Amino acid sequence: MTGAEIVLKSLAEQGVEVVFGYPGGAVLPIYDTLFKQNSIKHVLVRQEGGAIHAAEGYARSTGKTGVVLVTSGPGATNVVTGLTDAMMDSVPVLCITGQVPQHLIGSDAFQECDTTGITRPCTKHNYLVKDVNKLSSVFHEAFTIAQNGRPGPVLIDIPKDVQFAKGSYVEKNKIVIPSHRLFEPSSDFEIKKIDEAVKIISNAKKPIFYIGGGCINSGPKASELVRKFINLVGAPTTMTLMGLGVVASSDKKSLGMLGMHGMYEANMAMHECDVMINIGARFDDRVTGRLDAFSPNSKKIHVDIDASNINKTIKVDVPIIGDVKDVVEKMISIWEKNKFKIDKDSLNNWWDKINEWKKVDCLNYNNDNKQIKPQFAVQRLYELTKNQKTFITTEVGQHQMWAAQFYKFQEPNRWLTSGGLGTMGYGFPAAIGAQVGNPDALVIDIAGDASILMNIQEMSTAIQYRLPVKIFILNNEYMGMVRQWQELLHGGRYSESYTDSLPDFVKLAESYKAVGLRAKTTGELDDVIKQMIETKETVIADIWVTKEENCFPMIQSGSAHNEMLLSKDQKQDKKSAEKGKILV
Amino acid sequence: MNKSVYASPDQVSETRRHILTVLVDNEPGVLARVIGMFSGRGYNIDSLNVAEVSNDENLSRITIVTHGTSEVVNQIEKQLLRIVPVHSVTNLDQEGDSVEAEVALVYIYISESNKKKVYQVCDFYRARKIENENNTTIFEIAGASDRVNRFIKEINEITKIEIVRSGPVAISSILKNEEE
Repeated sequence: MTGAEIVLKSLAEQGVEVVFGYPGGAVLPIYDTLFKQNSIKHVLVRQEGGAIHAAEGYARSTGKTGVVLVTSGPGATNVVTGLTDAMMDSVPVLCITGQVPQHLIGSDAFQECDTTGITRPCTKHNYLVKDVNKLSSVFHEAFTIAQNGRPGPVLIDIPKDVQFAKGSYVEKNKIVIPSHRLFEPSSDFEIKKIDEAVKIISNAKKPIFYIGGGCINSGPKASELVRKFINLVGAPTTMTLMGLGVVASSDKKSLGMLGMHGMYEANMAMHECDVMINIGARFDDRVTGRLDAFSPNSKKIHVDIDASNINKTIKVDVPIIGDVKDVVEKMISIWEKNKFKIDKDSLNNWWDKINEWKKVDCLNYNNDNKQIKPQFAVQRLYELTKNQKTFITTEVGQHQMWAAQFYKFQEPNRWLTSGGLGTMGYGFPAAIGAQVGNPDALVIDIAGDASILMNIQEMSTAIQYRLPVKIFILNNEYMGMVRQWQELLHGGRYSESYTDSLPDFVKLAESYKAVGLRAKTTGELDDVIKQMIETKETVIADIWVTKEENCFPMIQSGSAHNEMLLSKDQKQDKKSAEKGKILV
Repeated sequence: MNKSVYASPDQVSETRRHILTVLVDNEPGVLARVIGMFSGRGYNIDSLNVAEVSNDENLSRITIVTHGTSEVVNQIEKQLLRIVPVHSVTNLDQEGDSVEAEVALVYIYISESNKKKVYQVCDFYRARKIENENNTTIFEIAGASDRVNRFIKEINEITKIEIVRSGPVAISSILKNEEE
């Protein structure tokens, strides 16, 4: 069996159905083998960066591992952004790269680069396979590492001579991965911590759940258990950008998203709570705001599978290292066994306070019956798609935040966005991946006019595979979030944030033989959205929105949770503004 | 705390020297993973030592001297454990009971006038003269870093020298079963 055949057999044994990739000289043997088989489908992208985001979208919408196949040199360097994105957002991705034959490594050969060197910090682990007989065991270990513990990207670099070489195949159940190479929870120690945590929760007067993407990574069962525990405790719940969907937006316990563009009531509740239960979130700086004023009076419980997240930025009182599903399952059983209950009066008072904050109506905006407000566009999109199986992806910027604020997610794995790395250009290829994994679902990329141009070449991919992905562009002719920061922090000097010379998106769609739609006024919006949904082809809907709308509410950099700005008229205090200016 | 875009809110503990020993699978790139984590996350390496410690199991031990607050060093330990081929990380400084040693080779510029003093100092520190074909004065000294520092300082006050140092290796002096 050749190395290339071992690659395909390993993928098949791991249950891989689809590979996103782009051929090139150093992976030709693998592509040749791919040609001769039928079990694995290949999706040809138009740039390798698209392949890895598509694999991420596929992984996050299906829960399976996304697989990427690219060539050496530029093929490998083009996936670096996506690998880093998958690393930051804990997405299981396996990336196969070709490499020049071993005798040429180090000679600056054509399309040679130090792939394992370049990708070392942006993968969970990577391999350069020099021995064809080790190839299958490397694949099996790589899949396990990508999915195990905190998921992430793994890369396998295969020199071309290894792809041609003859070797033997080892089945996955015949290899043993040493335990130190995997995440293994130490349950004996943690059970005491879980006990302690549950006791603290039972005595809370103003508890809040702070739910992160780890709940989604832990699988559908985990989200179910988290919802069950939240209902048992009766506490308000806020979710991070990555955690949206764990608790349904319609659930009365949900306060929506927290953080920089989160809900006023969520941030205020985080600030004032006495017990914070962080499940699968990592105290990201977009969430915490200024650290010295972060939730000053609370006992903090932190459930995380990655020990390095504990006490990284925020010191916590009860750290629990483990998988969300296992930990919350134990929490529930302890809670039920002891018939714990939070004091009713204090919980009612807490909810009264929260309901007062809700009255602020932080998402309020002045709608316009002529020009389309971006918030309104997302609201209408939600209303018109809520009754069908819909996946939303986004690019990065204002539209992403409006999508997070106004699209009401009811279940996990339906919301795919680049959180940690903030990768413009993520949404469209991710939508392609999600559509490949969910052929019957409605997949919409809520995009900005600047972001969509970063991977617009993937239109060809969408058309070739008849993927009815919808691109919903909130077009304000600006890099909106850059413009907003320039307005707030740099005296309104809009340096290079105007996107001049935009294409005509309708004609652009048509040139790819897709459908192009446009809404210029509020009155046209619903019809365009309906038409977009009904069209069974790839659609670009170009929604002309008001140009200088800002995304509020907002905790500006350097401010704390209780210092949210609700509108343009409010200003950050000068001292915080000066300090905040240097932050990201 | 450390490493956030926001300044640290708490009083941080004082910066101290720590010796970390990291047991790793001896596979290609493992050293690069370890030191890349340090440079990528902005931590310091004061000295670094790596050698295979068991052929049959293919294990190497990396000894790293770093300095930082206990919070920073704690984070370093956790980040090291995320690296797939890392078996274990031991902070010998925290364990208390450990011994450390390093080797320095010192080329001493010697003359008739300083010869006596140099040899006195070398004798005192039990530095060993290494015979060589060129008949130059090269001494070897082994021991804890502090002792090597003192030796170098004293010799340096007498004459010009050139030094290479291995950086320390260290081992816990408590009997224990380290693996698992």
